[in-house]
Amino acid sequence: MSTQLLKTVLHGEHLRLNARMVEFGGWDMPVQYTGIIDEHRAVRERAGIFDVSHMGEFWVSGRDALAFLQHVTTADISQLGVGHAGYALFCRPDGGVVDDLFVYHIENERYLLVVNASNIAKDWDWIQSHVGTFAVTLHNASDTTALIALQGPHAEAQLATLVGDIAVTLPFHGVASATLAGHAVTLARTGYTGEDGFEIFSANSSAVAIWRALLAAGATPCGLGARDSLRFEPCLALYGHELNDDINPYEARVGWAVKLGKGTFVGSAALNRLKTDYTRRVVAFEVTGKGIARGSYAVHAVDGTPIGEVTTGMPSPTLGKPLGLALVARAYTAEGTEFDIIIRDKPVRAVVVKYPFYQSRYKK
Amino acid sequence: MSFKTPSNLKYLNSHEWILIEGNTATVGITDYAQDSLGDVVYIELPDVGATFAAGAEFGVVESVKASSELYLPAGGTVVAVNEAVKERTELINTDPFGAGWMLKITLSGDMGALLDATAYAAYVDSIKH
Repeated sequence: MSTQLLKTVLHGEHLRLNARMVEFGGWDMPVQYTGIIDEHRAVRERAGIFDVSHMGEFWVSGRDALAFLQHVTTADISQLGVGHAGYALFCRPDGGVVDDLFVYHIENERYLLVVNASNIAKDWDWIQSHVGTFAVTLHNASDTTALIALQGPHAEAQLATLVGDIAVTLPFHGVASATLAGHAVTLARTGYTGEDGFEIFSANSSAVAIWRALLAAGATPCGLGARDSLRFEPCLALYGHELNDDINPYEARVGWAVKLGKGTFVGSAALNRLKTDYTRRVVAFEVTGKGIARGSYAVHAVDGTPIGEVTTGMPSPTLGKPLGLALVARAYTAEGTEFDIIIRDKPVRAVVVKYPFYQSRYKK
Repeated sequence: MSFKTPSNLKYLNSHEWILIEGNTATVGITDYAQDSLGDVVYIELPDVGATFAAGAEFGVVESVKASSELYLPAGGTVVAVNEAVKERTELINTDPFGAGWMLKITLSGDMGALLDATAYAAYVDSIKH
């Protein structure tokens, strides 16, 4: 390998489990251990664990922490009480998405932001550039924080064997402190697979013990391959695919995370206009011809006119069909609309279907 | 991890194998190829009667994560297609050199850049990490 890849604190565990490692956003990460389909099913039917320590963690604290987050994110952070988390976006002044993130309200005037690994540097620069006169302290804890996701219908029971009742009582999108295998953790009922589950933050030095305890509790180790197929079926947007600097939240169907009523914030003027005036939209489609759509394949109307591009496509492990998400011109977004995916230079017919493919099964 | 490279086969460095028996040959993908792809879920193969030059693309295999074009190690005409692997694509993963075979061809005499098992095994060693 020519460039030095970054390694999470669990890298040695992945090698020990004979994971296939791949480069992802500058990191050497496990794409699979035994197979994407097995791991995908483990999470839909039982529980799986994912090393997501490559993701970024920023702490925002101080007297103006709330006001600052109201300014730099699209969500209404004032609705997020202590012990609760929510999905949010950073948007540029023109409404393009800088990143999507989770905001965790850890204690009074203290929030934890979790951002995409590939955007850590960009996001860090971006939030720093907006501090201005806000009385806040920002701390980038990405290098010292480990993050393990435990996801699936058995996650609660498996976690309860290690942390007790808090695994049961922690509400959807709740966050709390706990002790796991003797290690202090921040436990959140969040995730990105469409299943009930948890995300477990810890110091790097605790991560191996926590990982092994979760394996011993019965969780299946899962790689980035299954992480992608699991988030794809419930149509959870992935930055770099459904979201990027040039796609606005309404096009990406994450407009629900934009709270225009909370007052002005970075991007609010543009978003107010774009809410009703956008020209493209992400749609869910099924390939009805022969072939599998993949990200960045062109989408043409049946008369051959280019109308957009596939953002994610794969054979769905749960539904057993070749499915995809595409960003296409709005005239082609109604359910039942047919268009062609250009697969290896040939048009292959697809049809717009109900969004999402898979209904998330959160414990609410 | 070491991958099987049966010594009675010849290989392309695009990870197809060919078993030459007189004027006919059987073609598939290697153990390394199936392992790299992961669970194969879809395969597109040509019809019987199709004719290809050595090195021509004859089909595609797809897993959840990736798609990979298939190249023919030797020129010829397709005389049989393994219908079983179209339905049971997992055969490509479980038995790439046996039940996971893809095509039988009659050879035209046009040969690709074939490697013997030793050379191919050395090539796989040099690219895997």
